Amino acid sequence: MRKVSGQMTAASAIRVLEALPTHERLILPCLQAIQHAFGFVPEETVDVVAGFLNVSRAEVVGVLTYYHDLRRMPPPAVVVGVCVAEACQASGVRSLIEQIEHDFGVRLGAGTGSGPVEFAGTGSGPVEFAKVYCLGNCALGPAIMVNGRLVGRCDIGRVRAAVVDAQVVPR
Amino acid sequence: MSVRVYVPGDSAACSVGADEVAARITEVAAAEGVTVEVIRNGSRGMLWLEPFVEVQTPAGRVGYGPVAPGDVEALIDSGMLEGVSHALGHGLVDEIPWLARQHRVSFARVGLADPLDMDDYRRLGGLVGLRRALAIPVDEVAADILASGLRGRGGAGFPAGIKWRTVLEAPGDTKYVCCNADEGDSGTFADRMLMEGDPFTLLEGMTIAGTTVGASIGLIYVRSEYPAAIRTLRTAVDIARVDGWLGPDVLGSGRSFDVRIVEGAGSYVCGEETAMLESLEGKRGMVRPKPPIPALQGLFGHPTLVHNVLTLSAVPAILADGAAAYQGLGVDRSRGTQVFQLAGNIARGGIVELAFGVSLRELVEDFGGATFSGRPIRAVQVGGPLGAYLPEHALDVAMDYEALAAAGGMLGHGGVVVFDDTVDMAAQARFAMEFCAVESCGKCTPCRIGSTRGVEVIDKITAGIDPERNLELLEELCETMTDGSLCAMGGLTPLPVRSAVAHFGEDFHPSTNGQGKR
Repeated sequence: MRKVSGQMTAASAIRVLEALPTHERLILPCLQAIQHAFGFVPEETVDVVAGFLNVSRAEVVGVLTYYHDLRRMPPPAVVVGVCVAEACQASGVRSLIEQIEHDFGVRLGAGTGSGPVEFAGTGSGPVEFAKVYCLGNCALGPAIMVNGRLVGRCDIGRVRAAVVDAQVVPR
Repeated sequence: MSVRVYVPGDSAACSVGADEVAARITEVAAAEGVTVEVIRNGSRGMLWLEPFVEVQTPAGRVGYGPVAPGDVEALIDSGMLEGVSHALGHGLVDEIPWLARQHRVSFARVGLADPLDMDDYRRLGGLVGLRRALAIPVDEVAADILASGLRGRGGAGFPAGIKWRTVLEAPGDTKYVCCNADEGDSGTFADRMLMEGDPFTLLEGMTIAGTTVGASIGLIYVRSEYPAAIRTLRTAVDIARVDGWLGPDVLGSGRSFDVRIVEGAGSYVCGEETAMLESLEGKRGMVRPKPPIPALQGLFGHPTLVHNVLTLSAVPAILADGAAAYQGLGVDRSRGTQVFQLAGNIARGGIVELAFGVSLRELVEDFGGATFSGRPIRAVQVGGPLGAYLPEHALDVAMDYEALAAAGGMLGHGGVVVFDDTVDMAAQARFAMEFCAVESCGKCTPCRIGSTRGVEVIDKITAGIDPERNLELLEELCETMTDGSLCAMGGLTPLPVRSAVAHFGEDFHPSTNGQGKR
């Protein structure tokens, strides 16, 4: 991600929005398109979306803050979602989380509630860990998703290997 | 001569190494001078055997699994490409009892072929249902759906035929078909496996629905956690357009129907139909009060037929084989088949499609082979995070809508999650409330505030703070959430909580402090 000024960001955001077909000219698809282009939704694009759709800034922020997937800050090179839903709990994700916390020095929080998003500094750069609810791999849990790649039957060794793999393959 | 080898491209199979196995097979075969044609099929649903490799032989397809990349060379050396038996071998796939005992209707084609091969789809009976639907009057198609007894497979179990008739008869030029593929329930993955393994069946079911009720646009709302399903569906739509059965003139009928794939953005409650419609309109996924029902005022206020993936995927077979064939399966008011998903701590997890009426015990013990850990089963959660926890002694319940409801549970989307005796049921009850607090859309007070209060009350109970009174308070809270919530999110969260208290009360006792029966 290159550093761009606010004005340049706004200008390229308009180009992203203008490329959308009519049926995608709604708040959520606009924000998704911007995130697809920038990796996140930069602050200065909120007004651009509001202006483009002729809706209030509040409506755009409302959607932006509602959906877990939409980010307001750039993501690190590696993003790990750890499934903490029931099927993975039954397969031992509670103890896997303790091991992840120990190994990576993050705190996803005891239990399985929505913990904070955590960043671990590894040799090759930051890694983000977040709890997610169900990746649809419920017979092969515990499951994680690393940069969009699903990994099943996870123990701490497989988690570590998947993070290392993702660090060498750029997104 | 080229040997045909099947290695699933399903994301569950790939999560345990199917891509690496496929690459290794090509590599080893080339080194040994054998020509292989590797086909990435859908998964057969025997997930404990993934990566499950099948080899085409004159006698039929022979299966091997679970195959690790490191096993490939030894397998090929010992004659896998000729179908020779091996420690990892399972013989002819069609004769594997776990598969042979199933009655696959919606999943009939999944795993048999390359999911995006249109010729294979036709060869395996694809488009027969759509052709028949286009050849008869639309009210006859809707009547067929009603006569089949098909009910909504997303969880609510509403008769599909009544919805079709309502949308068909609703006034208006603009109508929509919306497919709910926001499969957020833990323990469910059938929608994903069908979308990845046989996307044309879903598109055909939607096309039948759209051309029947008079909708020209169908939208599939797929959760963002399913990137592979989204890719597969988008390609499948392109192929169907080129093939002439999606677009301005469906199979030369003069009727127009097209499908768009819409990606979700991470919100469990968007699996609730009205929240999904809000999200499809680009807004926050807030639940709408009903009435008006979506069939009359749905997407952008227009009549909208909303169905789950599995409901729409049953439609082509109903049209092709007749409503009576489908209606002949099942029990009482639960007709046809249900795609059960065996998950959690289970030895043989995966997809089991059977006529309604099979007992939970048969599913969990005969098909599932009990726990993966080898420890005794203590609890089974049926129907996702809003479903009840049933104790071991209740497993003889029949798996149909009414029998499960009578047993205090619900079928939901057909997910079955098994827990062994190390589970702490107070922690599971707490999680149900926590999950509701995180994912509540916030529109109604019982769900938004009740869930947070629920976590606090359970914490007090397990900490030994006035447990009797707090258990009473928890029960009152559950009653308020059940009766006062706008949708199933807040309305059904009490189901796992109350069932945990009722069947596993000992875990809520501070002296055991959630230690369970261990």
